[in-house]
Amino acid sequence: MKLYDGWKIILGLIVFFAFFSLPVWINLSSAQSRVKPQLEYPKDSKQCVENKDYMNHYHMNLLNFWRDSVVRMNYRYVVRNGVVLTHNGKPLEMSLTLACLKCHNNKQKFCDQCHNYLDVKPYCWDCHIEPKGGLK
Amino acid sequence: MINRRNFLKIVSFGGGIALASKITFELTSQENNNEHKIEGLKAKRWAMAIDVQKCDRTPDCKECVVACHNYHNVPNFDNPKDEIKWIWKDKFHNAFITQENIYLPSGMNHQTVLLLCNHCDKPPCTNVCPTQATWKREDGIVMMDWHRCIGCRYCIAACPYGSRSFNWKDPRPYIKNLNPDFPTRTRGVVEKCTFCAERLARGQMPACVVACPSKALFFGDLSDPGSEIRQVLSERFSIRRKPELSTSPEVYYLV
Repeated sequence: MKLYDGWKIILGLIVFFAFFSLPVWINLSSAQSRVKPQLEYPKDSKQCVENKDYMNHYHMNLLNFWRDSVVRMNYRYVVRNGVVLTHNGKPLEMSLTLACLKCHNNKQKFCDQCHNYLDVKPYCWDCHIEPKGGLK
Repeated sequence: MINRRNFLKIVSFGGGIALASKITFELTSQENNNEHKIEGLKAKRWAMAIDVQKCDRTPDCKECVVACHNYHNVPNFDNPKDEIKWIWKDKFHNAFITQENIYLPSGMNHQTVLLLCNHCDKPPCTNVCPTQATWKREDGIVMMDWHRCIGCRYCIAACPYGSRSFNWKDPRPYIKNLNPDFPTRTRGVVEKCTFCAERLARGQMPACVVACPSKALFFGDLSDPGSEIRQVLSERFSIRRKPELSTSPEVYYLV
């Protein structure tokens, strides 16, 4: 079997694939792709309302559940086994700003790390106010 | 052979023990639940009474308005067309536009009246909301879920009291002092007074009631005959805005 104008076709294919995969090469060569999310965890508190694995994967479900519980059903506090959880001696409210952000008080070094890496844009911050001045 | 009398004795004794143990179990488990008791304010029917006479003595006083708007991050737009208001002051003849008495006590028409969402018993705004972003809670508060509001403004059209405002612009730049504990709203969302539902849940009275220097605002449970609001309502004559619409507003004006 003879490939007519073989070198032209093969050269064309090489050029095509080179261009086609250009974004991959650019990403691999640039520094940005090597930036992995680096979360800064709160130093003074060790325990979250759920374990780390659950929070990694399902914190958005938890926040949605909190939102509906508080706004629509007027259940305000985090309850486990019939007991209200406390933080620093105060009952823990189901609230992004009054619970989560009291410990994770730097949005740039916590929330944004993964959200930017995965290019998700949650609209929490359109209304809820992020803590100012980073870590206190 | 067991006779009827002994059978009843045994059965009732056993039943009694079972019942007693159940009661003690419930009591002890309840005690565990109350370890961190939450002191939220609860009512069957929240309502407010406003002493117009007291309020009118200081017509320029805006303590309640400032307290409310600061607490709830209500923006202050320069253009009155864009105005957002949860609680505001107006003249009597504007507030009670359908009252038909021409010959009122002198000056009454120009008295300053405090206006806010009436938290009606039959709120027309909740009926028209297509996303159930606003609804009447069991304790009577006409609540809003700003997450769900799509900004169609049917509720604004339905409300006969002008209690609802629409964010035509992004409100964030127009809020002077942000209260980080309360969210702002976004462009395209309706907002109004919520009787400070979030403060009630923490056991605090509404911000306006607390802020009023002349104690002209009364807030309480209308279904409780011993409550302060029922006391003032039974002592003084009160009127409500546009009662003929049968929305049954729950903000009473002591005139």
